[in-house]
Amino acid sequence: MPIFPVNQEKRKLYAMGHSTALKTCLNGQDFAVFCHHYSNPYFRGGFVQFVLNEKCVNETCLPADLTLLRYLREHQHHCATKEGCASGDCGACTVLLGSLHDHDGTISIVYQSVNTCITPVAVAHGKHVVTLEHLGSKGALHPAQQAMVDYHGSQCGFCTPGFVMSLAGLYHSLETKADRNTVCQSISGNLCRCTGYRPIVDAGLAMHSYPKADKLYTNYTLSTLKNISSSEQSTKGYWQPASLTALNTALRIQPGAKLIAGGTDLVLEVTQSYQSFNALIDVSNVKEMKLIEKRGDMLVLGAALTYSELETELESLFPELCKLLLRLGSPQIRHRGTLGGNIGNASPIGDMPPILLSMDAEVEIGASNSEPRTVKLNDFYLDYKKTVLKTNDYIISIRFPLQNLKDFHRFYKISKRVEDDISSVMGAIRLRTAKGKITEVRIAFGGVAATPVRVVNAENALTGENIHSRTAIDKAIKLVRAELKPLSDVRASAEYRREMAGNIVLKCWLEMQGEDITDLTYEGFVHYA
Amino acid sequence: MRKLATNMPTKIADKNHPTNNRIAHESAVKHVTGRAQYIDDIPEWPNQLHVATGQSIYAHANIVSIDLDDVRNAEGVVDVILQKDIPGCADISPVFEGDLLLAGNKTHYIGQPVFAVAATSLEAAKRAVKRVKIKYEELPPLLNPLEALRQQDFVLPTHQIVKGDAEKALAASRHRLNVDMHIRGQEHFYLEGQISAAVPTEDGGVHVFASSQHPAEVQKLVAAVLNLPINYVHAEVRRMGGAFGGKESQAAALSCMAAVFAHRTKRPVKYRMPRQDDMVQTGKRHDFYNHYEVGFDNEGIIQSAIISLAGMCGCTADLSDGIVDRAMFHADNAYYLKNAKITGYRCRTNTVSNTAFRGFGGPKSMLTTEAVMDDIARKLRKDPLDIRKINLYSDTQNETPYGQIIEQNIFLELIEKLEDSSRYRERRKALGIFNNEHKWIKKGLALTPVKFGISFTSKHLNQAGALIHIYTDGSIHVNHGGTEMGQGLYTKVSQIVARALGVNIERVMSSATRTDKVPNASPTAASAGTDMNGMAALDAVNNIKQGLIKFAASHYNVEKKYISIHSDKLWLGKEAINFSEFIKLAYMNRIPLWSSGFYRTPKIGYDRKSGKGKPFYYFANGAAVSEVVVDVLTGEYRTTQVDILQDVGNSLNPAVDIGQIEGGFVQGMGWLTTEELMWDNKGKIMSNSPANYKIPTSADIPEKFNVALFDRANNEETVYLSKAVGEPPLMLGISVWCALRDACSSIANYAFSPPLGAPATPEQVYLAIKSAQNYMQEAAG
Repeated sequence: MPIFPVNQEKRKLYAMGHSTALKTCLNGQDFAVFCHHYSNPYFRGGFVQFVLNEKCVNETCLPADLTLLRYLREHQHHCATKEGCASGDCGACTVLLGSLHDHDGTISIVYQSVNTCITPVAVAHGKHVVTLEHLGSKGALHPAQQAMVDYHGSQCGFCTPGFVMSLAGLYHSLETKADRNTVCQSISGNLCRCTGYRPIVDAGLAMHSYPKADKLYTNYTLSTLKNISSSEQSTKGYWQPASLTALNTALRIQPGAKLIAGGTDLVLEVTQSYQSFNALIDVSNVKEMKLIEKRGDMLVLGAALTYSELETELESLFPELCKLLLRLGSPQIRHRGTLGGNIGNASPIGDMPPILLSMDAEVEIGASNSEPRTVKLNDFYLDYKKTVLKTNDYIISIRFPLQNLKDFHRFYKISKRVEDDISSVMGAIRLRTAKGKITEVRIAFGGVAATPVRVVNAENALTGENIHSRTAIDKAIKLVRAELKPLSDVRASAEYRREMAGNIVLKCWLEMQGEDITDLTYEGFVHYA
Repeated sequence: MRKLATNMPTKIADKNHPTNNRIAHESAVKHVTGRAQYIDDIPEWPNQLHVATGQSIYAHANIVSIDLDDVRNAEGVVDVILQKDIPGCADISPVFEGDLLLAGNKTHYIGQPVFAVAATSLEAAKRAVKRVKIKYEELPPLLNPLEALRQQDFVLPTHQIVKGDAEKALAASRHRLNVDMHIRGQEHFYLEGQISAAVPTEDGGVHVFASSQHPAEVQKLVAAVLNLPINYVHAEVRRMGGAFGGKESQAAALSCMAAVFAHRTKRPVKYRMPRQDDMVQTGKRHDFYNHYEVGFDNEGIIQSAIISLAGMCGCTADLSDGIVDRAMFHADNAYYLKNAKITGYRCRTNTVSNTAFRGFGGPKSMLTTEAVMDDIARKLRKDPLDIRKINLYSDTQNETPYGQIIEQNIFLELIEKLEDSSRYRERRKALGIFNNEHKWIKKGLALTPVKFGISFTSKHLNQAGALIHIYTDGSIHVNHGGTEMGQGLYTKVSQIVARALGVNIERVMSSATRTDKVPNASPTAASAGTDMNGMAALDAVNNIKQGLIKFAASHYNVEKKYISIHSDKLWLGKEAINFSEFIKLAYMNRIPLWSSGFYRTPKIGYDRKSGKGKPFYYFANGAAVSEVVVDVLTGEYRTTQVDILQDVGNSLNPAVDIGQIEGGFVQGMGWLTTEELMWDNKGKIMSNSPANYKIPTSADIPEKFNVALFDRANNEETVYLSKAVGEPPLMLGISVWCALRDACSSIANYAFSPPLGAPATPEQVYLAIKSAQNYMQEAAG
């Protein structure tokens, strides 16, 4: 059982921040980081306690699948938070979710924007929920609000609460003015159909020049959250186990329960198909699943790590991944969605599987009634939305050889829209070279088959070839196009997908040759004539 | 009233001065604090019901039988209705006929409501409708508008505009080109989905809260479905969370449905369409299939244009007559056509009935016309801007194909000003160098103009009413028939009232648009909201003001010419009296302090028989320059700079106007880039959610986004000589599409205009790149 309790030293390492931790890692020393907040082992949907703006709420009979949005609007009549899509795509329902955070022994509350439309209310347990009603409630408007007024950032006003919340989240995460890319990033999960965004971006750029806002929480909030966190309940409904042992217990008691991590996909079944879930087991606090660890030659990533945790923790170790993550969903989604969810969901259009396939990743699978086992990711997917996971199986972690990160690797996401879109084609390529020859290749794709796939023929064709051989790469491209049988759908035609799969290989090769291949899809690109 | 109120406090600042009019949206603070109330935010009544509809799963089918037993027995269900249960008329068409509140024994598109459920919660209603058992007899659906065109299957008769002898002139032209284009439609994606609530009244009528651009029509249709006189129904619209035309005609169905249930159950009823239902069940911008045959001379001057415009109307007419007409009226865009034959077809398809969308058909022909400009330029190896400029309307060549004379001719001046301010020529040169130096990324640049006719093309709709009250504390209440959908109408009308009355804007407050305050109002559409309602409000102010001045003259015994109201005071020569004091005095002297106002747009009229006339009071004009950069290997792209110069006449509120211009531009850009409407081969819409229909995000707009107002008064007597601004900027987005095509064309050294799909998704751009590459290969080999 891969349980690695955080010892004092490692906790300190975490407190130093990811860069130190990862430097340590790169120097070959072991490390372990838990992206893990304070939490109790279980609690039920029947009992939820959190701070909503200024007051502590205790709810005793909420359904497990009730969303935070419906709770706010229907139970609390906090109607500033809007429903625009109920699918996590528009951001009109954005609120800030604050969690206790230990920074060198100083406890504070750290906030993340989330889409309440696809967040179960039980997730708020032990957290500080900040809605628009909280901002500027003491008379003067919050700087994010005042700037939105002054820069004419609202027209119809329906998306405005979501934008203000995203901007307020950015405001409180920074001491000084954000640059334009950061502002755009912070609102990339918020859709506005009226303004064309320019005034909203300007408001985001200007908000730090207003008189400083109070922090979002009081000592009362802090002490209340601490008290909630130390209390424990254990009963049916919504389970939130904190360890694998507790998870296995929960699975045994509630055999029919659905597992939920970020819920960014699962909750759509509630909000779009009107299904009910009477029992949910939330794995997002299972500490073994929140681990980032170097174990021998392997990098081990806990399955319940959110994308934003990966973004923070792997910034220097795995920058190509972090770059791609900026285009996966939106901040609201990345604050909730998890690595394991993306793997286990088995969607052929997930962005993580091709990347991890290119890294020769393995999946560690746990089960309530047997010992954990490890399966190669390449053997994990059986068919469309089918994996080797059996009922009551779950993914504990994903691991791959650290050495692979030293190889030349590139990830390409092609979609209609740059931000917050599902890939038409996602390509991940890793090339190991020695003495001018390609010695190992991985070419993996999403969006071109019923499952995420590797194109082994093309990999074989390239192995042993000269790295500068255009003939070799053209052959590989041909094989890629011949082997893949993508479908036409709303995102792209089969023909375009096939073409792109080949061109991704070409692009990667050109980049390796040092050609100037500017990636237009990343922020910061500016070329003016 | 026995004891009068104390005076309303007002600030000293005069925000009504024309140079100090950039005031914030009247609801801005309410928006940012979440206090602005939308229909879904109204606290629920304790016995309120919620609606969901059962939808046809076939695009065209007979309904053989419906078994609703399991639906009725589902948890929370209170009432279930079929078409036959509607007490009055089931047809809720805005102009013609065929738009049914519930399908009868035949269905005409996938998603058409067949029956409806009212239950104690939305979830209960949604779960209940799934339990229905319907037997269908499938009929062959008509899904392709070109097929409808071939079969001459139209929802409305074809219309034609003819000027000169287009065939003869085409045959005589030195150069000719043909263009076929499929331009996809657009989903409105207003952030607030369609919604309405209905509350039964003590008279047996209903009060409906609507999110509609046309409350008077909602009122009329609700009365019709309930078989009641119109005065039993009140419709109220405080604000919409976006509309863009999508709530002009099609919002009424929600009010009608809620009203039928409210009437039957005597309980308040809310009908809110979840996003996916909204995207399946409500109409969109029309797909268009355009065919152009254009003749031009060696200079690139168009000699003749034969234009066919076929709109995909869906299963009924809805507003398609006016939409296709407007496409026809705008086929010239800003260019003089000596000879033209323009034909508009209204194709029937078994898809949801398409409806109004910002631009109302105008963008559809205009895009092809701009593509033609580029094609002419490539053929003659000239800069497309030069071809555009020599084809512009001028003081002598100023007659449109439909016979209207362009009276305010500012196109060349406006374009040249933008050409300078955007450094078009300099950038064009630099871009050429860049493209020669870069193999894998290419840049494109385009300047495109917009001329957009302002007025409803249905003459009778060009009327408006307003109602203004002054209360005894000096506070002022404004109401009019126009609706607020975010465009700032309430803000502008309040500004007009304050300015006309000479008082501070703090005195003025707007209230919800209600059919029992201003009756029979036209839809807030055609960009004419401020033009019409502002003028009606001005008329009401003038009525009140005349009475006040007359009273002051007799009361103070001062000649009228020495009396005025400005700076929040009544002036008798140099002596001033506080406005509130004066109002009290007027009240005590029994002077009327309220009035209605009315406006009808002058000078307009179009004869559909001859295809000639003056459909538009005036034109609003603008131009945009967009620059893009394209990835040759994938077709991905970014818009790197946009410069816009827009003619809004004398701006009533530059902040609001710039908001409309930027927002319209980005919406137009979205239509032509990432927003791709798609149906499958059974007629089911595939782009049915924001997960697969992508409107622009903040990352899609360039950092260099310069918007300026062209400083010129309207030469027609509009309200304070301003111009409409709602729709015209949408078509500025065409510059992005043309710039993308320019970048693709650079691969063929601008000798070839590659066909480019609309929207130009990365896939479509890639295809255009491929065709440019193929052209070069063929040329080489």
